[in-house]
Amino acid sequence: MRMSGLYRAVAGSSFRRYATYRVATAAGVFTNTVFGFFMSYTFIALWDQRPGLGGYDQAQALTFVWVGQGLLAATAVMGGGFREELQERIRTGEISIDLYRPVDLQLWWLAVDLGRSAFQLLGRGIVPVVVGGLIFELALPTDPLRWLLFGCALALGLLVAFALNYLVALMAFWLMDGNGLNMVSNLLGMFCSGMVMPLTVFPEGLGTVLQWLPWAALLQVPADVLLGRYAGGGAFAVLLFPLLWAVALLLLGRLVQAAATRRVVVQGG
Amino acid sequence: MDGMAASDGMDGTDGMDGTRGTVAGGDELIVLEELEKVFRVRRRAGRFRRTRSEVRAVNGISFTVRRGEMVGYIGPNGAGKSTTIKMLTGILTPSGGRLRVAGIDPQHERTRLARRIGVVFGQRTTLWWDLPLRDSYALVRRMYRVPQARFRENLERCVELLDLAELLEVPVRQLSLGQRMRGDIAAALLHDPEVLYLDEPTIGLDVISKAKVRSFLRELNAERGTTVLLTTHDLTDIEQLCRRVMVIDHGRLMYDGGLPGLYEAGAGERQLVVDLEREQPPISVEGARTVRVEGPRQWLAFPAKASAAPLVARVAADYPLLDLSLREPDIEDVIARMYASGDGGGDGPRAAEVPVAG
Ligand SMILES: Nc1ncnc2c1ncn2[C@@H]1O[C@H](COP(=O)(O)OP(=O)(O)OP(=O)(O)O)[C@@H](O)[C@H]1O
Ligand SMILES: [Mg+2]
Repeated sequence: MRMSGLYRAVAGSSFRRYATYRVATAAGVFTNTVFGFFMSYTFIALWDQRPGLGGYDQAQALTFVWVGQGLLAATAVMGGGFREELQERIRTGEISIDLYRPVDLQLWWLAVDLGRSAFQLLGRGIVPVVVGGLIFELALPTDPLRWLLFGCALALGLLVAFALNYLVALMAFWLMDGNGLNMVSNLLGMFCSGMVMPLTVFPEGLGTVLQWLPWAALLQVPADVLLGRYAGGGAFAVLLFPLLWAVALLLLGRLVQAAATRRVVVQGG
Repeated sequence: MDGMAASDGMDGTDGMDGTRGTVAGGDELIVLEELEKVFRVRRRAGRFRRTRSEVRAVNGISFTVRRGEMVGYIGPNGAGKSTTIKMLTGILTPSGGRLRVAGIDPQHERTRLARRIGVVFGQRTTLWWDLPLRDSYALVRRMYRVPQARFRENLERCVELLDLAELLEVPVRQLSLGQRMRGDIAAALLHDPEVLYLDEPTIGLDVISKAKVRSFLRELNAERGTTVLLTTHDLTDIEQLCRRVMVIDHGRLMYDGGLPGLYEAGAGERQLVVDLEREQPPISVEGARTVRVEGPRQWLAFPAKASAAPLVARVAADYPLLDLSLREPDIEDVIARMYASGDGGGDGPRAAEVPVAG
């Protein structure tokens, strides 16, 4: 029970730590906003040609773009979260310090990552969405319940994002050089979460598969909840999807972690 | 599996009870029996071939450390010191042998053990790079569930003795190496650990910081009775802190005993450096030999066991002596001589040189 205080404190200090990187935050906001513009003009051209593509009207498609840009940093689909840090600690042997502490490695890094995402949601998420909303016509809801559901979907999505990144990071125990894996993981993350294009736009077979993969929990599901594609009870039911993925992936992470710390060597003198 | 662990634990206590009668104040905190660690490494040999080889980093080490002891654990680079400490903390799985710290098998109950030990790795930091020292300590308090009052008391003591008052609000990345090391030592002690492992705690420190760290450790050991296992390449650390020293090389225990005995085992020599009024041919005095001459300065080597006083008197009587100084042999030197002196030691069976594969 008292340990939850520890993890709260860890999350808090992680939040404060990212808050000190002011220049990086400003640069990130700028990049996300500029990127949002590029994508918006592309989507406008596309939806002019094919109205209703993927089941969205133009305002909804643009909402997808800006919500995506707002979540890019928080979900760390392109990296930039704890993943590289953990890999580096494994590679250099710094991980030994984390291991001889009386804490759970996964919970520890989860706390670190949630602190980071919380900051990046506020620091890097809000401005792009507001700018997007001022310049373009977006389909943001006014119903508070829908925002609440969106919040839940987002929180679960962040858990899934963490669980995926944690698995990738742990591979460093065996691979030593995680760069190749990171590239593959970033590519999958961008593509399969819907950051590049809503998953419903893809041809039927591929689109369906993509919508069942865990990455869909990062953007596709929260965005659809926000856009009101699930009515009534369906909006609650759809939350089961990220929830189940989060539980499954976190458990898998624990298994891999146990294997890693049991038989793998801690590097360096 | 739980059952097995429990019966292992019982064996451990039985053994301890057995020895408690014979060893004065015997309360064995750390017990190693034939501990081994073998690293399997793959190396490139030629263009396509890869050979597998084994590095026996720790090759059958047995020793016990009693509660309240302060032990130096030394040996040349690559001897296996850090590997031993990693196994003692439970972050590395032994390849063979038995290991108990405070009756706990470190590998199986790493987290439980972690509450009772403190670790300082000289080359790494436990502190959070971007946080002020004070915030790192607050996290440590939560992590080890140190009661508030206890925490405040311990922190105050560390701050005073390690001179940290000015540094508490400074982010760790802005600390110098010596400041950070002092900060790290404090962090390892806030939860009152029973054992403190120090892996090169004085590496890179200046004289003043070293002195501060040493006097702090001495006090910790004397006042709190904290058991300390210390790895270092600085013989002065050992001389000033440890009554007992263990020397390892190639993963084997070569010596376990007092420091004077180590000099004897190593047939070490000390050097007397004398400055004469003018250049002279090599000095010849009984009980020493001149090993180097540089202008008016000469270096005389004599057995480490012998007293320097009569030698100084003799030189002063026969030569125009301006100044002199005494050089203690350094640890590497002593160790090097220990091997050169052959199988003399007599501390149990010493292994034939075990070639480290690869
Ligand atoms: N992860 C590893 N993989 C393979 N070999 C290793 C590994 N870690 C250590 N070794 C080998 O084990 C031996 C002992 O290393 P260790 O770090 O314990 O030495 P040490 O006594 O601490 O030396 P130093 O004084 O240089 O710190 C060395 O030969 C080293 O090359
Ligand atoms: Mg070492």
